[in-house]
Amino acid sequence: MTVTEASVRAEVRAWLEAHWDPELSLRDWRERLADSGWGCPTWPEAWYGRGLPLAMESVVRQEFRRAGAVGIASGGGSGLAAPTILEHGSDELKRALLRPIITGEHAWCQLFSEPGSGSDLAGLTTRADRDGDEFVISGQKVWNTSAHHAQYGMLLARTNWDVPKHRGISYFAFEMEQPGVTVRPLQQMNGYASFNEVFINEARATLHQVIGQVDQGWSVALATLAHERRLAGIHDDTPLEGSGRAIEEYREERAHVMAPYVWYPQRYGRVDLIVKRARETGRDNDPVVRQEIAKLLSLQRAAGWTAERAKQARVLGRPPGPEGSIGKLCGSHIARQAADTHALISESDALLAGEDGPEAGIIAEILLSVPGQSIAGGTDEIQRNILAERQLGLPRDPTTDAGKPFRDVPRNVAD
Amino acid sequence: MRSLTYSDEQEEFRSVVRRFLDDHSPPTEVRRWMEDDAGFDPAVWRRLCDDLGVGGLHLPEAYGGQAFSAVEQSIVLQEMGRALLCSPYFGSIVLAATAIAHGATDAAKKERLPDLANGSQRAALAFAEQTSAWSPHDVAMTATADGADFRLDGSKRFVVDGHSADGLVVVARVPGSTGTDGLSLFWVAGDADGLERRRLESLDPSRKLAQLDFAGVRAAALGAPGTAAGALDHTLDLACIALAHEMVGGAERVLETTVEYAKTRVQFGRPIGSFQAIKHKCADMLVDVELAKSTAIHAAAAAAEGAEDLPLLAALTKALVSDAYRTAATESIQIHGGIGFTWEHDCHLYFKRARSAAILLGDATHHRERMARLLELGASKASA
Ligand SMILES: Cc1cc2nc3c(=O)[nH]c(=O)nc-3n(C[C@H](O)[C@H](O)[C@H](O)COP(=O)(O)OP(=O)(O)OC[C@H]3O[C@@H](n4cnc5c(N)ncnc54)[C@H](O)[C@@H]3O)c2cc1C
Ligand SMILES: Cc1cc2nc3c(=O)[nH]c(=O)nc-3n(C[C@H](O)[C@H](O)[C@H](O)COP(=O)(O)OP(=O)(O)OC[C@H]3O[C@@H](n4cnc5c(N)ncnc54)[C@H](O)[C@@H]3O)c2cc1C
Repeated sequence: MTVTEASVRAEVRAWLEAHWDPELSLRDWRERLADSGWGCPTWPEAWYGRGLPLAMESVVRQEFRRAGAVGIASGGGSGLAAPTILEHGSDELKRALLRPIITGEHAWCQLFSEPGSGSDLAGLTTRADRDGDEFVISGQKVWNTSAHHAQYGMLLARTNWDVPKHRGISYFAFEMEQPGVTVRPLQQMNGYASFNEVFINEARATLHQVIGQVDQGWSVALATLAHERRLAGIHDDTPLEGSGRAIEEYREERAHVMAPYVWYPQRYGRVDLIVKRARETGRDNDPVVRQEIAKLLSLQRAAGWTAERAKQARVLGRPPGPEGSIGKLCGSHIARQAADTHALISESDALLAGEDGPEAGIIAEILLSVPGQSIAGGTDEIQRNILAERQLGLPRDPTTDAGKPFRDVPRNVAD
Repeated sequence: MRSLTYSDEQEEFRSVVRRFLDDHSPPTEVRRWMEDDAGFDPAVWRRLCDDLGVGGLHLPEAYGGQAFSAVEQSIVLQEMGRALLCSPYFGSIVLAATAIAHGATDAAKKERLPDLANGSQRAALAFAEQTSAWSPHDVAMTATADGADFRLDGSKRFVVDGHSADGLVVVARVPGSTGTDGLSLFWVAGDADGLERRRLESLDPSRKLAQLDFAGVRAAALGAPGTAAGALDHTLDLACIALAHEMVGGAERVLETTVEYAKTRVQFGRPIGSFQAIKHKCADMLVDVELAKSTAIHAAAAAAEGAEDLPLLAALTKALVSDAYRTAATESIQIHGGIGFTWEHDCHLYFKRARSAAILLGDATHHRERMARLLELGASKASA
């Protein structure tokens, strides 16, 4: 049977009509989602999904919204960890880790960056030394979103120092709640503290917790990064209306989990507020403001159409193009342009923050949150390198460390 | 969501057009026709119409066309833009034939369109008059009733191929009318009495522009007199989208050749494409070109389905794609260094197209202001 948008829509709608019950506990509802496959319809049928093409995800999501139904737990677990585990994890890991991601029992964080290695992720120096069937792990991670409430971390650590840097890294499903793990919040320039430093001192992971093969973690990390670029433009923050136990518990979960991230919508530039604010302030009569608004909305729409075109090409089975990095770059262009346009619209009021500021401080928050967008998840410069080298085939940057055993590679003095 | 990818059949059609243009419109030929007064090769145009049917691609079968849509037309335009083809396609088909198709009576369509579609006749659309006036609503030229016919008085500028076309589709208004009222379309033979035609020196010799002066020129109305505003607006929206596809094709080609050059040109013992300053320019070009392409394809799909928000999409597309092509062509010269600034290198051919196409039918600022009005921004929303 061929899957069409209409057939999927009809099927999910019928299923929701028969099964969505807002009076269930959130946990029970999500168990039901896991069993039915409708919570993550693009995952394989063997693993809580329905094996639908990626393009159908938005169709299913629309139907959930229409029915007022809660979905699976969102965040780093379902967005980054799960697809990585599905691609590279053993069946044992899939069995142990996927279901709690769906139900929200396990939150995940990404333990990639280190003080000495951000863009040059493969230069990391957190070490994982073999001890029988386990690894002893020590090092420092930084900028880790969600680390303070996560049960698991996607952790990269070096397991071999005698080979070139990309070949000695392993990828762990790392338990956060164990001796030797200390999480300390870091305050950002916008005043919030949503990411952390994580100090790891002789913590442990088992051999079974390696995702992919020992020393082969780099290709697994690339899979996660590709998902991260793809997700960069997607942020669905529709607050749920309605009542019922599942919905109330979801709202509580959200309030708790999202508390450190209330500024997240602001980091994308809040294009949705632009026209409203221009009208309310009367600045929409200003020819310069009008030009900037038209530019911004054009860019936003063009980025949306580009993502959609890539998605349709994928459905047709055409090879993937540069859309991940393009989407990531567009996200930061839009954020920056939106911040500038907000400042233009607000004029001198843009000086004021908090209750004194326009939109009860939201405008100030936008101006102070947008700079993170072009750094998080791979900087703009790194995205350009990726496009130039992988997509356009321009020569790679000359490196000084290629082929050298990692132990002989020059590193940051502090490491 | 509209379909934003071309089907395998459409891509096959593209490769046929591309092969034809590779053979018939290499840069040496482009240069030859840029120097020529008429500005195109009649034999190539005939074969494009006879063998590939491009002239009537988007016109209804009843008028000698093939009843494909703006989507198939977009493929032809991208390829023409890529090859910088010098041809009557834009003036005669995209502008004049589309205006007739939307603004003429059935009888007039039957009389005029088949000859345009098969390439045996070429027409031009004369609507613009002053630099700032890319809207037909600003037309000042008058059409005074004179028996069954009309007498046209006034001047037109920026008429694409207006000096050499066999016939002219002319926009004029009932004396005393203003704005969208009283606008009509007329057919005027290229050699009519009282008509003076002069080719204008222009920035981009690959697309010829003319000034036309009318002193009591007798003309027949193509559609019901006084009612042409809607058809004209629609024609110009479609033309903006068509021009955007031509620009997308050009911009893609510019990106390809520039990246190719950056891979082979060596300075400081390395290909210049290994320097990040150059790499990042190329990456930014790629982003611009991809966004422009998605936008133009989306607009063509919207045109094909007769979308209601077409005016907004046309304005958005014209502005965004113009900026992308202009930026790509500018960076292309920069990345080529000194050689890119010479007459003998092809960079400037694309640069001139990019510049001129950005201005033709209204520049990016003009179209963004149109967008703002259509989005009902500001006090002017009442008059949008
Ligand atoms: C909001 C936010 C959330 C984040 N969440 C997480 C998380 O959950 N988990 C996690 O592990 N990390 C996270 N990060 C960290 C993020 O991945 C890193 O900050 C990012 O990869 C950049 O690394 P860095 O900060 O060390 O900067 P560096 O790599 O030191 O870069 C400094 C500057 O040099 C440029 N640069 C570096 N290398 C090159 C090059 N080869 N070519 C050209 N320019 C170059 C960069 O573009 C940048 O402008 C987050 C960051 C932010 C801002
Ligand atoms: C109008 C004009 C007048 C001139 N007059 C004279 C004259 O009187 N006498 C004379 O001798 N010359 C003259 N020149 C030549 C001029 O000096 C060179 O064109 C210029 O130095 C660039 O060299 P190139 O053209 O070989 O480009 P290339 O050096 O090949 O450069 C091509 C591109 O690569 C970039 N690039 C090269 N190296 C790097 C790098 N390390 N990092 C990043 N980017 C790089 C360049 O910026 C450029 O964008 C003139 C050129 C022009 C356009």
